[in-house]
Amino acid sequence: MNALMNPSRRGVLATAAGFGLTLQLLGVPALAADSALNRRKVVVVICRGGMDGLSVAPPVGDSEYRGLRGGLALDDAALPLDATFALHPQLTAVHALAKAGEARVVPAVATPDRARSHFEAQDVLETGAAGVYSTTSGWLNRAVETLSAHRKVDALSIGATAPLILRGKVQTASWSPGRGIDAQARLPGLLQDLYRNDPLLGPALARGLATEAMAKDATAGLDAVAPPAAMTRASTPGVPAPQAPFARAAAQQGRDAARTLGQSLAGFMREPGGPTVAAISLDGFDSHANQAGLLTGRLAYLDAVLDGLHQGLGPEWKDTVVVVATEFGRTARANGTGGTDHGTASTALVLGGALKPGGIVGDWPTLKQQALYENRDLAPTLDMRGLFKGVLAEHMGVDRAQLDGVVFPNSAAVKPVPGLV
Amino acid sequence: MALADQDMKAAIAATRFGLGAKPGEIAQARRDPQGFLRSQIRREGADQPPGAAMTSAQRMAEFRDYQRERREVRLEKAADPRPARSEAAPGAGVDATMMADGARAKAEARDPVKVVGNMLRQDISSDFTARAQLGAATDAAFRERWALFWANHFTVSATKAITGTVVGPFEDEAIRPNVFGRFEDLLGAAESHPAMLTYLDQIQSIGPDSQAAQFARRGGQGRFGAQLQPAVQRNLGLNENLAREIMELHTVGVNGGYSQADVTEFARAMTGLSIGGPRDAAYGVAVFREQAHEPGERTVMGVRYDQRGRAQTNAILSDLAGKPQTARFVCAKIARHFVADDPPPTLVARLEAAWTASRGDLAKVAEALIAAPEAWAPTPEKFKTPYEFVISSYRAAGGQPQGFQQFGPILTALGQKPFSAPSPKGWPEDAQSWAAPDAIVKRMQFAQAFSAAAVHDRDPKALAAEALGERLTPETAKAIARAESRPEGFALLLMSPEFQRR
Repeated sequence: MNALMNPSRRGVLATAAGFGLTLQLLGVPALAADSALNRRKVVVVICRGGMDGLSVAPPVGDSEYRGLRGGLALDDAALPLDATFALHPQLTAVHALAKAGEARVVPAVATPDRARSHFEAQDVLETGAAGVYSTTSGWLNRAVETLSAHRKVDALSIGATAPLILRGKVQTASWSPGRGIDAQARLPGLLQDLYRNDPLLGPALARGLATEAMAKDATAGLDAVAPPAAMTRASTPGVPAPQAPFARAAAQQGRDAARTLGQSLAGFMREPGGPTVAAISLDGFDSHANQAGLLTGRLAYLDAVLDGLHQGLGPEWKDTVVVVATEFGRTARANGTGGTDHGTASTALVLGGALKPGGIVGDWPTLKQQALYENRDLAPTLDMRGLFKGVLAEHMGVDRAQLDGVVFPNSAAVKPVPGLV
Repeated sequence: MALADQDMKAAIAATRFGLGAKPGEIAQARRDPQGFLRSQIRREGADQPPGAAMTSAQRMAEFRDYQRERREVRLEKAADPRPARSEAAPGAGVDATMMADGARAKAEARDPVKVVGNMLRQDISSDFTARAQLGAATDAAFRERWALFWANHFTVSATKAITGTVVGPFEDEAIRPNVFGRFEDLLGAAESHPAMLTYLDQIQSIGPDSQAAQFARRGGQGRFGAQLQPAVQRNLGLNENLAREIMELHTVGVNGGYSQADVTEFARAMTGLSIGGPRDAAYGVAVFREQAHEPGERTVMGVRYDQRGRAQTNAILSDLAGKPQTARFVCAKIARHFVADDPPPTLVARLEAAWTASRGDLAKVAEALIAAPEAWAPTPEKFKTPYEFVISSYRAAGGQPQGFQQFGPILTALGQKPFSAPSPKGWPEDAQSWAAPDAIVKRMQFAQAFSAAAVHDRDPKALAAEALGERLTPETAKAIARAESRPEGFALLLMSPEFQRR
């Protein structure tokens, strides 16, 4: 049975010929004339678990910060941005981009949901609806659907399961590191035949095979990508990876794997006919206890993914906007167990070579007691949908009526954030 | 026609209610498909996985030893003049297999931390393997599926290291014995188990006005004072994670009518519920610490609770278990698990009625599910999760996994890493979550490799008839008959639309 888990890499899909499909899918039909718009790329990174914005971009210049956060305050080690804000010490690549005007902090942003439930808030974040359970498709999928009326736009999610944000009418691609496909095998073709009338499995298999074919080029020259488990937490059930004397080596491996993952995504996006819209989600930000240690690891991982994406995109970084967002922020005060509980507003990050340099996006509500939401959480000053709309409108060319009615249903009152690109 | 109906029901009993048919199972169910399922319900609960299981207390003791080793190494490191970097590693996400095997083996032999760590890892893997072996081999697969449903409802996950060592014992101790008893008892057992207490951060939650907190504020260096940073003492002790998830995920549901204030009050009531600490004789065993309990009355969802100590939590849990919102929320989830992502409301209503009439007797709810005509619709609406797909593949082959390496890694690649649900909500149930393009390709790769190793000299046409019975479609039967080899035929069966669903 060893053979089951130790496949040789022999015959990794050299061409798509083995199952005569996909070249049409891969190949790009004649592109619209506006090639500048065609090159534009957008990547959404979802950090699940309620990422603590006050740790991502600590407001070290806010007079209340230290008092509220106590032992969790980061002021000494944080990487300075301006008079008020700094970045978490692990976000070195983001910091370098910010210094170059290619990353901006959105310090007090929230979805319209106020239930402080991970699952409800993630639903609202990803569906783009005003309330939970009102729609079952993701806003990024609907954005792709809208854009597809004008030009060819493909979307890809990285990870073993498809995130809600990209689910919907348009069949999008998904990919996670694996072993490739034997080009000689008959099974893919036989199955496509068997799935002819299957609305779920037919399109999914076709898309998966096409993406595998593209993966060969997209990841060429990269080291083997870590298994998808590395995107979440401890990869072997229950037991953390070896600590000292291997702690540093292991941490470095984690960062390397994350960087490779970012580079792989970039590889797909640089392929001719590759996706111009992508989503990737990272788990593990729910920091009720031992927040300092937990976020050190998670933010280092996030930073490396973003760095890999930046490096991997090379000249195409200038056509790219990346948004990093989470479902909600956490309590302004530290709780009793070295962590923070579910809150409201959090920090988002926007990055990319296409970005217009500038300071923070949205207002800073301050941490004064009377400014806190329900005397507990950082208060939102910006609707998350406005941020997404700003990117889709200015960068991707989605028109306002579609944004207000289709991509983010019934959201005319939420204005796109102007001046991002 | 009646005959065909009976055959179809037998196939549904084994595949939708069970874990996929073993050879002979559909024939066995055919005489009385509903009776076949009903006979699997028993008061003493679900089966225990094979082999000698360790208790959660033994596992926690092992974990304590592991941490001690780590601490010692860390102290040695601290004495080392080289500059120390942060401990908390994103390396928690690094697969050890990334290291070259030779180098790893050498390093492990000299490193006591790795030795203990490997022991723990092996324990966890063998728990998971034993559970999979039970799933692959059992004659009472409905009983097992019912237990797996509740284990997922009360998710604990190895994404938290200390919890990971006791996920298996949690299922064996808290879930399996209680799945055909009263929901209230299952709820009580799950919420007070060390796995849940560690996973949802209850173990350190301390009442802000408790004796322990007051002692710590006076600068005491006792058990509680020692672990608290002076800076966080102003909001000493409360952690509302478990309280919120009990309401949102385990009982009334997110629309169950509770507020933030109810969550905080419930969290206050539960303070004191913890596990024995590293210096206690009963390390890792659930305890109630009177001195960490927030004194006073609590009001949760409009009801005042003036009980003292542990009784307060029990009273609140009991009331939550009895709420109609809980019946509705949980019954809808049962219907979604067994029948369809979007189940018929009439089915949910039947389950709810059985729940209400029996005051949460889960055996009665299981009987109602079996009796419900909606549960026997011929069209399979459910897409198998990776675990269901892999276990049913073993069942179709009439085998069972011999070791973790045979099936653990593929589950991880398919997004369902063993014992490691991504959040307290547990594994998703819906087709959209699991049928991503990449996942279908990886299922195909698994089917190919599995078939090559599993089919031997057997006829895939016969295996298909045994695995799907009346559910086998002419298209799939034809494709299997035309296969150019036995493994190819068997792989086609495993990947067929009807085998992928239930």
